[in-house]
Amino acid sequence: MVLVNTETVPGRQILEVKGLVQGNTVRAKHVGRDIMAGLKNIVGGELKGYTELLTESRREATARMMAQAQELGANAIVNVRFATSSISAGAAELYAYGTAVVLSE
Amino acid sequence: MIELLIFLGLIGIGFGAGRWNETRHLRSLAEREAALRDIMVTNLRTLPENWTVTRAELVAANVVIALDYFKTIAASLKSLLGGNLGAFETLTDRARREATVRVLEEARALGANAVWNLRIETAVLGHGDKPSGIELIAYGTAVRAE
Repeated sequence: MVLVNTETVPGRQILEVKGLVQGNTVRAKHVGRDIMAGLKNIVGGELKGYTELLTESRREATARMMAQAQELGANAIVNVRFATSSISAGAAELYAYGTAVVLSE
Repeated sequence: MIELLIFLGLIGIGFGAGRWNETRHLRSLAEREAALRDIMVTNLRTLPENWTVTRAELVAANVVIALDYFKTIAASLKSLLGGNLGAFETLTDRARREATVRVLEEARALGANAVWNLRIETAVLGHGDKPSGIELIAYGTAVRAE
């Protein structure tokens, strides 16, 4: 499956638009990571644990979106967008959406 | 008394370690950005018509950066007076550059020579007026074009 965040796929034509597809995940981090993050808030720097967590969440949300597109019989998703929000102190939501389309070969 | 000492100690550690972390991060960013300068990045939505594109693929990267204790205190004092929160400005700027560099590194790994339609999203982690870090996500379409 082809994923792009441009409106068209270079060199290929959109034959059919299947509609909006989306996927989301809400993940909480475990206590160990929270404690580490608390310490990091004293010295600054990257919170590697959270970075990894959000990378996993992004993959998961993308996979769910792709599964929806597959169900619709699409072979590509164009104009993919990501959005993040922290819904409570310990959890972050990741949301991916795009338009499922059928591309020419 | 002891509480005051702990508070001052934390500010001291935050100032020292935060500054050290920041300098190191800025140096690493400068090096990596220089190495990736040949990849063209834009936030344009459409590609130039005279380009022949052989492949296009979504690339995405994210980064979470923590505030240090000194910056948290400095910013909360500063926000009483208003004006630019310099401590937060450098923080968001670093996070944004880091996320962009990671996108470019991913594009390079795919053999792309341009990244089109780069988007950057920001989210605050933590609650209310006490943010614990900021999350940056950058994504775009990596293309190989002649």
